[in-house]
Amino acid sequence: MSVYRLAEFHPFSGGGKEFLYLVPSGGIFELGPLSSAILRRLQFGERAREDLVAEFKNEGHPAAEIEEAMEELEQCRAIAAGAAFTEPIQKPPTPFPLQTLVLNVTNHCNLSCKYCYEYGEDRLATPEGKPKFMNAETARASVDYLIGQSPGRRAIHLTFFGGETLLNFPLVRQTIEYARERAQAAGKYIDFSLTTNGTLLRPEIIEYLAENRVGVTISLDGPREMNDSLRVFKNGQGSYDIIEPKVRELLKRHTTRPIAARVTLTSQVVDVLKIYRHLKNDLGFHEVGFAPVTTSPIRLYAIGTNGLDHILKQFTELAQEYLEYALRDQHHGFSNVSDTLGELHSGISKAHPCGAGLGLLGVGPSGDIAPCHRFVDSDTHKLGHISTGVDRSKQADFLDRGHLSRKPECHTCWARPVCSGGCYHEAYVRYGDTGHANLHYCDWIRGWTDVCLRVYGQIAACNPAFLRHFDDRKES
Amino acid sequence: MKHLRAVNRKAVQIEEYLAAAFGDVYALQQGGSPSPPRPHYPLGCSLVFSPGWEVDSAGGTAGLCQPVERDLYDCYLSCFWPAQVPDHLNNYPDWTSKCASATKDWRNIDLVFP
Repeated sequence: MSVYRLAEFHPFSGGGKEFLYLVPSGGIFELGPLSSAILRRLQFGERAREDLVAEFKNEGHPAAEIEEAMEELEQCRAIAAGAAFTEPIQKPPTPFPLQTLVLNVTNHCNLSCKYCYEYGEDRLATPEGKPKFMNAETARASVDYLIGQSPGRRAIHLTFFGGETLLNFPLVRQTIEYARERAQAAGKYIDFSLTTNGTLLRPEIIEYLAENRVGVTISLDGPREMNDSLRVFKNGQGSYDIIEPKVRELLKRHTTRPIAARVTLTSQVVDVLKIYRHLKNDLGFHEVGFAPVTTSPIRLYAIGTNGLDHILKQFTELAQEYLEYALRDQHHGFSNVSDTLGELHSGISKAHPCGAGLGLLGVGPSGDIAPCHRFVDSDTHKLGHISTGVDRSKQADFLDRGHLSRKPECHTCWARPVCSGGCYHEAYVRYGDTGHANLHYCDWIRGWTDVCLRVYGQIAACNPAFLRHFDDRKES
Repeated sequence: MKHLRAVNRKAVQIEEYLAAAFGDVYALQQGGSPSPPRPHYPLGCSLVFSPGWEVDSAGGTAGLCQPVERDLYDCYLSCFWPAQVPDHLNNYPDWTSKCASATKDWRNIDLVFP
């Protein structure tokens, strides 16, 4: 006799429909009336299959239908009988083909943002005695490495980062030209992007970026009073007035790729709605993405629990606006929603929180290889050198420690398919271990994933054609 | 699936996997399956009245609607059941090519030597 119980899933509703987010598979199913009723009965504890069938039969359901609904729920693992499922530990294939290389073309910066993870109080970088600017030889070797280590991938990405990227713009330019030639010879498609604080944008640079379809992300924290509270020059002067006209010029001229603003939220900068309105409507960014500052909890700019709740409330409000746009088939620029919806639509189930050390690597000015741009120039996290490649044993150690199977706190969390413990860098700053789960964000992540699931459900119920926008994202 | 609708891409993959892993195999003798019936096309003498195996109302074979000589190779084309005739799919596609009319040409059907 089978005794059924609920298995792992997160129920949610949207557009008058009921849905299940299955864990750990990441599958999203809409419930029919009978399967919904079966799950409701099981909420109160285990039930024998025969009892359930008899109960529903008494209510007038044909036995074959009830059996069928139970079988479907069991097969997709929304309900279970007998021993618990144990997911086999799946490790990524090695060596994993590269997709993205982030070149920190300089570790120098003309700003002194107080929260900077590269220069601030929680920095990991140990740049002493290392080159401050990447040279052409290292950049070329990096391009060769990316092309050589990406077998089977048709599309690859090169991202330029800093320090302040535009302090080494000549190298960016040379590298793009070299990478184009090499990619063409290798039969690959390569695209480019860079992140900058915007202070050094000049008409000729903007022209070049537009002509060469270089994706641009501007780090900017909103209107003047918010941006200038922490994004300052070395003399303490705010950077907004310098950046604003340059950004307007960039947005006017560069229309070949969507231009994004990336906002760092701190205890002083938490007015998400105001920031979004300013960057999207007043300045005209195509997309705006927000991330809380990475810091140890003792810093003045660290966001406490109340701050996170406040942010989630505003994120929810903005996500609601995104939904209204989506139902009208319109673009909305809140990229935190579109990124999460993209992951939910594909049904991603991550064993590692991100591609760092796997399909993505960072290269510092010295040629040292790091798991991502945030670990560049940190001796502790060095994975190799661009001239000799990745040290596979160090890489394996980094990936093993970051694997979901090593984070017991995550094993009972329904949000683990999308979170997988969270950012390695955040974990290292908080807990001194890249493989530690980011426990200070658990409630936030679950809250936010639930908001996005409800948005997803409503779109799936009311305007399913909109979800096709997510079909081709991030494929190569 | 009838009581669940796959919404995202992973759910579609799960549904396809389950259809392949648990989809029913239909045999002729099975009936009353809980899954919705899928079309299948029975072939052969067990379901199709094949009078070649019978005698006519007078107890002879002259009045049958197919010549009695067709018995010689009835299993060859129409039956799924393995019988002592050459297989026409792989090895002996031309076994009956010289037998346009069973009553007249049945002697042209010869033995095969695998």
